[in-house]
Amino acid sequence: MLLELTDINKDYPQGKDVVHVLKDINLSVEEGDYIAIMGPSGSGKTTLMNLMGCLDVPTSGTYILDGENVAEANDNRLAEIRNGKIGFVFQSFYLLPKLSAIDNVALPLLYAGVSKKERRERAKVALENVGLGDRIDFMPNQLSGGQSQRVAIARAMVTNPKVLFADEPTGALDSVSGEQIMELFAELNANGATIVMITHERSIADCAKKIYFIKDGQLSSERGGTSNG
Amino acid sequence: MFENITLSFQSVWSHKVRSFLTMLGIIIGIASIITIVSTIKGTNDQIKQNLIGSGVNAVVVSLYQDDYQYDMQYSPVPSGVSVLTEEDREELLKLEKIESVSFFNKRSWADNVYYQNTAYSGEVYGVDEYYFDIYGYKLSYGRFFMDSDYAENRKVLLIDSTVCQNLFGGANPIGETIEIGEDAFTVIGVIGQSSEFTPVINSLSDYYMYMDQSGGKMFMPYSTWPVVYRFDEPQTVAVGTASTDDMTKAGQVAADYLTSNKITSSTFSYRSQDLLEQAKQLQEMSTSTNRQLVWIAGISLIVGGIGVMNIMLVTVTERTREIGLKKAIGAKKKRILRQFLTEAAVLTSLGGILGVIVGIALAQLLSYLMQTPTAISVPAIIIAVVFSMIIGILFGLIPAVKASNLNPIDALRRE
Ligand SMILES: Nc1ncnc2c1ncn2[C@@H]1O[C@H](COP(=O)(O)OP(=O)(O)OP(=O)(O)O)[C@@H](O)[C@H]1O
Ligand SMILES: [Mg+2]
Repeated sequence: MLLELTDINKDYPQGKDVVHVLKDINLSVEEGDYIAIMGPSGSGKTTLMNLMGCLDVPTSGTYILDGENVAEANDNRLAEIRNGKIGFVFQSFYLLPKLSAIDNVALPLLYAGVSKKERRERAKVALENVGLGDRIDFMPNQLSGGQSQRVAIARAMVTNPKVLFADEPTGALDSVSGEQIMELFAELNANGATIVMITHERSIADCAKKIYFIKDGQLSSERGGTSNG
Repeated sequence: MFENITLSFQSVWSHKVRSFLTMLGIIIGIASIITIVSTIKGTNDQIKQNLIGSGVNAVVVSLYQDDYQYDMQYSPVPSGVSVLTEEDREELLKLEKIESVSFFNKRSWADNVYYQNTAYSGEVYGVDEYYFDIYGYKLSYGRFFMDSDYAENRKVLLIDSTVCQNLFGGANPIGETIEIGEDAFTVIGVIGQSSEFTPVINSLSDYYMYMDQSGGKMFMPYSTWPVVYRFDEPQTVAVGTASTDDMTKAGQVAADYLTSNKITSSTFSYRSQDLLEQAKQLQEMSTSTNRQLVWIAGISLIVGGIGVMNIMLVTVTERTREIGLKKAIGAKKKRILRQFLTEAAVLTSLGGILGVIVGIALAQLLSYLMQTPTAISVPAIIIAVVFSMIIGILFGLIPAVKASNLNPIDALRRE
């Protein structure tokens, strides 16, 4: 198993009370999987993805990522894991406005300690892979939404991560651009990438191989009942 | 690191006006410090040049009571201190480093000295024939003292050019009569030092006062002194040396000799006050008055630092998303911390460099307008720039720590 979540809970303190956002989540993701997590607004999708993406740690439970119990890792180790094993794609792209497309894509490699020359080469390849080989020196404000999201995907994939997390990757795009992104995901998955995608659109979720539902912090698989890996 | 610096420059450059306003406090602080330090150094260099470089290697050894110089003008002839004799002169000449010796009496602010109705308030000396050699006096016109002037206690005077100017308006004074107390003296010559102390310094009130004391000098033969003033006044000793470096030593041995051989009272002593030492004291005075100004300028640096901190905090808030994204894709705390510290340091260092340039320009302008001396101090410039960098790091610390501690989830959530 690449990812294995066991009895994961996440609470947020809210004044004197606590909000129980995730409740006993059990989920396994194999290498090469392409899963979608669906659910209504406020159901805990982003919270779950933050945990799986090592941006946050659970209140209780174990989370094994690539053989390592991430629930117990410290800040520095989490940063290393995010840098080396995880790629993120966000709803609103989050490109740095003062860096060109290629520099945005190369940024994770900088944190990985890759040499400048190699960074440029690998970033260029990553941009070519998302079909933007002719726009490497464009600034973010010169790119369309779909192109921006593809730059973000190139940035996520440039480190050859173990898993790609995407939180509403088409949420800010028109349907044509959205479809293009879904085609790109399918292609990446066909080439071996593991993808965990969050969405509340059925048509988008249908692109994945497996669909999970989350409601009030509880996860269930499409074929009914609580999933147990 | 280099990457960080380049990025910081870009960031500073992309907010030109804001960066400049932020730097202003640092610029003003550093500029004032550089101006002050340049003036201090210029003044000190000039004091040294004026005092030491005058070509006169003379140490004055004078009588002290307790720790105060004994002033014959307002005090009685001291008991337990004997007058110096020809024998003492010979003994002193045998001592280490001493090349020449002169004994003299002196009144610093002479009373009752008149030329016609004009009062004179300069110095009056009673000197032996060696005095003029040691201090490098040359005759401008008239004549020097002759043996017979000394032998017959003649009431004759040599005056310097200042007196000549003040009392006679530059007209030929030879043969004119100056009254000292009840006695009429005849001016026989005008003398001047080959390289006179020329006070060019106006900035330093202390130095000015010191220079002001030489409102002119007039000299009579030492043997005439008791006729006007008193008998048995112990003399002051001027010791001449071959080089400037010998002055301190020669002064000490002369003072030791005189203290142990000519004084029986325990409250009196002879002490040397060589020019090297005086120069140092003057320099210290000028430095310590100006050091207070440096403190004041330092406060403006702190205010500048607070301004930098304020703007950096704003920057961190503005760039929350950038920080969150960077952390999400794997930037560690340390890297974010370094990025913001570098940015603050680049900002203040740039301010420091601009401050140095403004400071030097200001010192030059001041020097031009007020005739104060100025000198560029390279160590001060280096310290100023390094110091402003440190201020950036110090005051950038809180914003940088704040940035590095941002939680990536919260940072990304914020739109
Ligand atoms: N830091 C926090 N403190 C308190 N409550 C939080 C915090 N973060 C999230 N929550 C709560 O957790 C719940 C789930 O939030 P989450 O962002 O995971 O929802 P979501 O499924 O991604 O919704 P959406 O589809 O609108 O993005 C919400 O009720 C939210 O208020
Ligand atoms: Mg969400």
